[in-house]
Amino acid sequence: MALSPEESGRLADLLDEHADGLVARWAELVGAGLQGRMSRPELERQTRDLQKGFQQAFANGARDLSDEEATELRAQLGELSSNRARQGFSANETAISMFAFKDAVLGVLGDTSDVQTLRDFVSFSTFVDRAALFTFDSYVRVREALIADQAEQLLELSTPVVKLWEGVVAVPLVGTLDSARAQVVMERLLQTLVDTGSPYAIIDITGVPAVDTQVAQHILKTVVAARLMGADCIISGIRPQIAQTIVALGIEFGDIATKSSLADALRYVLGKKSYRVVTAKRTEH
Amino acid sequence: MSEESRQIPVTTDQDVVRVRQLVRTVAVDAKLSLVDQTKLVTAASELARNTLVYGGGGTVEVSRVRNEIRAGIRIVFADQGPGIADLDLALTDGYTTGGGLGLGLSGARRLVDDFTIDTAPGEGTTISITKWCR
Amino acid sequence: MERVPVLKIGDILLVSIQIDMEDQVALQLQEDLAEKIVATGCHGVIIDISALDIVDSFVGRTLATIASVSRVLDAETVVVGMRPAVAITLVELGLSLPGIRTALNVELGIEMLARSRAESAPDEDEDEDDPAAVPAP
Repeated sequence: MALSPEESGRLADLLDEHADGLVARWAELVGAGLQGRMSRPELERQTRDLQKGFQQAFANGARDLSDEEATELRAQLGELSSNRARQGFSANETAISMFAFKDAVLGVLGDTSDVQTLRDFVSFSTFVDRAALFTFDSYVRVREALIADQAEQLLELSTPVVKLWEGVVAVPLVGTLDSARAQVVMERLLQTLVDTGSPYAIIDITGVPAVDTQVAQHILKTVVAARLMGADCIISGIRPQIAQTIVALGIEFGDIATKSSLADALRYVLGKKSYRVVTAKRTEH
Repeated sequence: MSEESRQIPVTTDQDVVRVRQLVRTVAVDAKLSLVDQTKLVTAASELARNTLVYGGGGTVEVSRVRNEIRAGIRIVFADQGPGIADLDLALTDGYTTGGGLGLGLSGARRLVDDFTIDTAPGEGTTISITKWCR
Repeated sequence: MERVPVLKIGDILLVSIQIDMEDQVALQLQEDLAEKIVATGCHGVIIDISALDIVDSFVGRTLATIASVSRVLDAETVVVGMRPAVAITLVELGLSLPGIRTALNVELGIEMLARSRAESAPDEDEDEDDPAAVPAP
């Protein structure tokens, strides 16, 4: 239920009158909940800003959190929850620290037997509940964005393309390859071939626990695409179980070169480049 | 549900190029990935050429669409040509009546997410393809 | 109608396709190249498609025809610079461009032509060695 204009006016006065006391009490309550994970001065600064934000919103005549008069306050709440989310506080803690404002206000309310005072407090309480829900919402949104970012970073991290030799690049694949990741890896590999002008690529799947039809198809398509671009792919590190799966699934690797280890693959490529690996004669010194 | 759409006639070689450029622009606006852009433009090129060569010319309409979960691009190729008598055969890799490679229809179908074709002998052909943003 | 220029560099004809070709332009290029091969006596053709953002079946077929015609005229064709997105799309389309030799860039293409000329083996579409090859002692 929205506040009446008189209610928000009285609340604005109340918050203004007891500003210092409220900030101190609120900061104390929140501080107890956060158990020293945030410094006292920082907490007080935050609390003071928020207290001011609420006071301003009421003074401007905000009757509901979604009102235009409360735009500033919403921005503040949004920023608070995004900071808390990044600092690793839980959504609960973030919301509870809003509820603590109610306790602080209750302490300065004066004569609670007065009906009007009680009504004011109930309306105020509803308003704070909204604010807490709002922080919860923003918190979740920020966390989701964080998770999406991390997933992307993980994808970047988990798919390095390394140069093994002049004109030879390798992609050591580690971990489960789903279709999306296989696609990213393959696009990256092909782009690297262009960027480095490498006519040979070794796809090492030693670290891949399992291969399904889709992933195998992705690898195959990449090899064919690389050929169209003028580069040769060698697949190395096929484990016995994966070889079994490939045959069981009826996937044709055709004339694609496969080697059991990365070392074999490199030796094979060097051979194609007409290099020969020999042991150098030791010279006495 | 279409948000905006543009239609261009296809009666000459140049129009096929125009279709490619329009589809590219729309695909970039819709933030399709580079590979998806390339696939969609290639499919459009194949089908616009079919409209011209087999349908004797027609129209191509490119529109942004949106369903419950995703945004995408829909392209409709329409002609009043002779139509396709044996659809299954026309959709087979390597089958051609026009001296091409026989990959236009079947290949274009593999490049997009949705592919519907409406044709009958003497009734012309309408093909609709859709690519969804990931 | 626009025309794709054909440049002669030493023993090689270099074609760099920089425009979105109409089908007619592609066919014209096919003719121009055949005539230029005969007129210059060049033994190698390099077609740079790094500026092409798509290759559809028509362009693919034209490239294949150019390669075949050149071979008849005793010139080897290498298509260079295909973009990754184009290659991925061609695979999906089902176009494998048989009979066309490819290299990552113009430089590797030139090396490839030089080597295949040096070998001048009768079956040139067999497995190729690497352009940057260093002969074993």
